[in-house]
Amino acid sequence: MALITLDNVAHSYSPRPKGPEDFALKELNLAWEDGGAYALLGPSGCGKTTLLNIISGLIMPTQGVVRFDGEDVTGMSTERRNIAQVFQFPVIYDTMTVYKNLAFPLANRGVPADRIDARVREVAGMLELTDSLEQKARRLTADAKQKISLGRALVRSDVAAILFDEPLTVMDPRLKWQLRSQLKKLHHDFDFTMIYVTHDQTEALTFADKVVVMYEGEVVQIGSPEELFERPAHTFVGYFIGSPGMNLAEAEVSGNTAVVAGHVIELDRAYPALDGGARIEIGIRPEFVEITSGADGLPVSVQRVDDLGRVKVVMVRLGELAFNVIAEEDTQIAADDVRMRFDKSRIQVYADGRIVEGRSVGGRPIESGAA
Amino acid sequence: MDKTWNNRAWFLVLPVLALVAFNAIIPLMTVVNYSVQETFGSNVFFFEGVKWFQEVLRSERFHAALGRQLAFTSIILLIEIPLGVAIALTMPRKGPMVAVCLVLMALPLLIPWNVVGAIWNIFALPGIGLLGRLLNGLGMDYNYTRHPFDAWVTLILMDVWHWTSLVVLLAYAGLIAIPDAYYQAARIDGASRWAVFRYIQLPKMQRVLTIAILLRFMDSFMIYTEPSVLTGGGPGNATTLLSIDLVKVALGQFDLGPAAAMSIIYFLIVLLLSWIFYTAMVAQEERR
Repeated sequence: MALITLDNVAHSYSPRPKGPEDFALKELNLAWEDGGAYALLGPSGCGKTTLLNIISGLIMPTQGVVRFDGEDVTGMSTERRNIAQVFQFPVIYDTMTVYKNLAFPLANRGVPADRIDARVREVAGMLELTDSLEQKARRLTADAKQKISLGRALVRSDVAAILFDEPLTVMDPRLKWQLRSQLKKLHHDFDFTMIYVTHDQTEALTFADKVVVMYEGEVVQIGSPEELFERPAHTFVGYFIGSPGMNLAEAEVSGNTAVVAGHVIELDRAYPALDGGARIEIGIRPEFVEITSGADGLPVSVQRVDDLGRVKVVMVRLGELAFNVIAEEDTQIAADDVRMRFDKSRIQVYADGRIVEGRSVGGRPIESGAA
Repeated sequence: MDKTWNNRAWFLVLPVLALVAFNAIIPLMTVVNYSVQETFGSNVFFFEGVKWFQEVLRSERFHAALGRQLAFTSIILLIEIPLGVAIALTMPRKGPMVAVCLVLMALPLLIPWNVVGAIWNIFALPGIGLLGRLLNGLGMDYNYTRHPFDAWVTLILMDVWHWTSLVVLLAYAGLIAIPDAYYQAARIDGASRWAVFRYIQLPKMQRVLTIAILLRFMDSFMIYTEPSVLTGGGPGNATTLLSIDLVKVALGQFDLGPAAAMSIIYFLIVLLLSWIFYTAMVAQEERR
């Protein structure tokens, strides 16, 4: 167990990077707290795996320092870093039995046989592999093979952290749930530091206490699932998390009003002058938009209604702009003269994708995040 | 639904039948025909039954050739397979050097077999060849045309030079098919270099190595051109392998009957040994 810090770490796969576009991972500073359950979320190719491999030592970063509990381990090999990693596809040693597979990381480190045996049986019990311990690993299903990979990570009780690189990709959905909750339980029981890479928001939000969202080689937000939902720090977070994602509309913002497609929208906070060539957008989650038929609100035309059971997703148009609205299942949607209303305290303003802090007006303090 | 029977469809099979007949059945049957007959020329044949087969199977000359053949094949397999794997392990997995290595490896395979024999014949000649002069210059009494041991060494060197590349290429194909994650996992598990070879690389190469062993076994068991050009079976009968002996009987002495019987026995031995090899290796894979 250790506190893992990354200072000014950046990585480029080209030997002589010329500019920021050559970097798979742009400069970042991060601290992974001891015993935390983190999810590393982002689309394919955003640098998640690179970041993971830097922590495990499979990649030496182009610049920056990696520390475990303050000790500089940047140049230290994977073998000596004492870290465990589970890969996307099951990696098993074909010719060994399940037992030997699980014992392998301990045997290589010279752990006495009786302690190996106790540990292997304990881990096999947790992963429900006890019955197949004496089988050849190659004869098992993909699910069971991935359990072996997980087991090889868990069997070492003294690791600084366990890194998971989309480990549940090959699992069938039922097992995914089961294993995810098992992992969560293991984390709870043993207090491992866990870093879990995924591009699946559900997986990230259910697994982690803290979610690190990456986009194009940068960390764009670190926060609890609630923070990511309520106050996305970057338009990418708004769009990537939530289903459907945040509504974004280009706007002109001055003081506490925004002009969207010719309509004036009142804001809860006042913003400094925001021109200067930046692309200004306002964002609001579909959950915080309401369909009304009253006189207030913006006149929209309804394009489509998807009934999801408990809620309806209504796609509307305001001029050229499209918005999603999440409405209660019993909401009546009229054929025409439909209006939508924003919960103005939930509107965020973004300049070039990044959130802009507003100043509260009307004496209400700004609460960052949780309402 | 009624089926329409149309026997004319059988005519469509004729081309295949004709091809197979010409390239396999007819030549083989001709040999079978010769193997049970005796001739004194002038196209007059007498039926002899299994006499030639009994004669060949009891002949010391055949036993000796078979023994030499088995020795040759075992030695080259024992050298080429480990050497090929070792070379494949040292080849780069990516980068510009991959192409260079592959071309260098493929070169010996592209040389016609009789040319290989001729190259080594001249290369090893004690009087004028580079290798021959060098060894003699170092004080060794090396002469492959006179000493059986030298002839064997030269023959084996030639085969290793010619065919190890095949094993290298096959083993390399097996190696590069291993995903990086396996090596990364091994590093995380703290595996030694030997453990990586033993538990990752070797198991993943097993299939291609099965093919490599089988190919090298069959090819070396049937080898003719290169030793024929290099030593012609000499000195004496020291390097007379099965195929060379067969040609001596069939074309040198023109004993068609015994030669035909020998061919069939030879063919059956190759078939049998290949089958045993294959079954054993597949069975081993199943057991894992």
